[in-house]
Amino acid sequence: MQFFFEVLIGGLLAGVMYSLVALGFVLIYKASGVFNFAQGSMVFFAALTVVGFAGMGVPFWLSIGLALATMLLLALFTERVVLRPLVNQPQITLFMATIGLSFLIEGTAQLVWGAQVHALDLGVADEPIEWILDRTSMSISKFDLMASGIAATLVAVLAVFFNKTRTGRALRAVADDHQAALAVGISLRRIWVIVWMVAGFVALVTGLLWGARNGVQFALTFLALKALPVLILGGFESIAGAIVGGLIIGASEKLAEVYIGPYVGGGIESWFPYVLALLFLLVRPEGLFGEKIIDRV
Amino acid sequence: MFYREAGQFKSTYAEDQGLFPIRQDRIGMAVILAIAFLVLPVASSAPALRGVIDFNYWYNGVIIPFLIFSLAALGLNILTGYAGLLSLGTGAFMAVGAFAAYNFELRVPGIPMLASFILAGIVTAGVGLVFGLPSLRIKGFYLAVATLAAQFFVVWALTKFPWFSNYSTSGVIAAQKLVAFGYAFDSPVKRYLLVLAIVAVMALAAKNMVRSSTGRAWMAVRDMDVAAEVIGIPMMRTKLLAFAVSSFYCGVAGALYAFAYLGNVEPQAFDLDLSFRILFMVIIGGVGSILGSFLGAAFIVVLPILLDIWATWFERTAGIAVPAGLVSNLTLIIFGALIVFFLAVEPLGLARLWQIAKDKLRLWPFPH
Repeated sequence: MQFFFEVLIGGLLAGVMYSLVALGFVLIYKASGVFNFAQGSMVFFAALTVVGFAGMGVPFWLSIGLALATMLLLALFTERVVLRPLVNQPQITLFMATIGLSFLIEGTAQLVWGAQVHALDLGVADEPIEWILDRTSMSISKFDLMASGIAATLVAVLAVFFNKTRTGRALRAVADDHQAALAVGISLRRIWVIVWMVAGFVALVTGLLWGARNGVQFALTFLALKALPVLILGGFESIAGAIVGGLIIGASEKLAEVYIGPYVGGGIESWFPYVLALLFLLVRPEGLFGEKIIDRV
Repeated sequence: MFYREAGQFKSTYAEDQGLFPIRQDRIGMAVILAIAFLVLPVASSAPALRGVIDFNYWYNGVIIPFLIFSLAALGLNILTGYAGLLSLGTGAFMAVGAFAAYNFELRVPGIPMLASFILAGIVTAGVGLVFGLPSLRIKGFYLAVATLAAQFFVVWALTKFPWFSNYSTSGVIAAQKLVAFGYAFDSPVKRYLLVLAIVAVMALAAKNMVRSSTGRAWMAVRDMDVAAEVIGIPMMRTKLLAFAVSSFYCGVAGALYAFAYLGNVEPQAFDLDLSFRILFMVIIGGVGSILGSFLGAAFIVVLPILLDIWATWFERTAGIAVPAGLVSNLTLIIFGALIVFFLAVEPLGLARLWQIAKDKLRLWPFPH
């Protein structure tokens, strides 16, 4: 039982990290209806920019600021080059365009900063907390706990931003109905830049946390693939869905690896989340918190 | 002026529905086929050209992969372009085809090569059917993620269960020798001809299929599935058939990829990257176009080679060494930029550009 809880908690903490990636997807999907496949590349690009500037002797906080500025530039570029020409195209077209965008970002990132793996130290070690280890003999990583703390703060800030600020309400209006939003005087272009900027910020936070754990490397782009089952489980439109989906995927993935894995030769982490999400979709095709799809002819 | 169908009258329905209703198209197609089947093999064995062009390189490195990728793109285009079901699992279906063909050759004594290719296609169609089942209930991005499940699961299964690779320690399978009708296809030219014949026959079949009632049903489902169901198109049969046919094409392409192109292949060769590459061929070539699959495959196969040639030329003229990473990153950037460009300028891809060119040629040189 002890072991079960240890695996479960480890999985939940890992799930928080998945939620962070999924959050970037949900933000953009909510505001512009674009399924942004480039989110993983943005995570990679943001983290690489921070490490790259820091490697040039720039103070750490300043390089985070510079990375944020880079993400703003990226948001402007995306709006101008990808979103604006493709306005009113089917969603599938926009999705494919973001695949193209992800190649563009990956190529640029490696062209500017090189392809080698960088280490990133946030000052919190990935070691068990002794206080908990002593009392319950479960090992829970300090780093994981900090990561979930940051994720929780981020979600709270975003919730306030979406519900209380003028811009946040405009974002939700655009998500509901582009034309109605335009009619009441909301600038679509401005909203798109803002939302890609926010997604860039989320990507930066994600990149720093994942980069600190696994090193800043090309593999960060595959995070997008980890986030997909989280998204379909939670529903594309829901921030709460991203969080809950992340926790479910994280926990079940670890539990399955430990309890089912040995019977089939292990390594099932690569596909188990997808199959789980798939089975779930067969019951609820719009995900846990997604909006119900009504088909009309 | 040269491309004008004035005076070509159709007096029967059969003529009107012909594969190539315009005479110029028929002549063009015949010329292309003649070049592919006759001129190229003859030229490559001509002694005069032997030292000038390295034909073996062109066959092995460019033409054979181009044909195989065209076939895979054709398969994906049937699913994504005609039936409107986005798939990111093409690589997995190719892997199933390759490993199925290998195992048929290995375990069924005396099976003809072509039979094992066809059986591999059928096995892949079965796998495609299983992973296509969710398409009855879920749509769009949700479905794309479901096909990703196929991608990861198949590669994992082929790696984990050594039976598939005949207990080879590294998981690599060595494809058997290509022998069909008692004839060994052992040189690049011969392999090229075999691949060409298979691709030509299957492309012809696809061209016929998409203009039949099946193809029209796919397009109706693509354009609006609820409306299609209302007018009496059986949704389940149509969608699953699209998955089965598409997987069959991908399976045969995968078998050819292993047997006629790579020779030795491991499950990791059929990773997500391959799926994406084939998706790009479909996007750049033209979604919902048979010709587009070929144009897209040519583009994606040739572009890295051109960039490579440019890099060596640049090195020689400028006298500086281009770092290896630079070229691959530039290829990535150009890939990405082109995809965005094509989607923005011409969502229907190269095939649509060719269509526009034909419309212009019809009036040229007297546009008024």
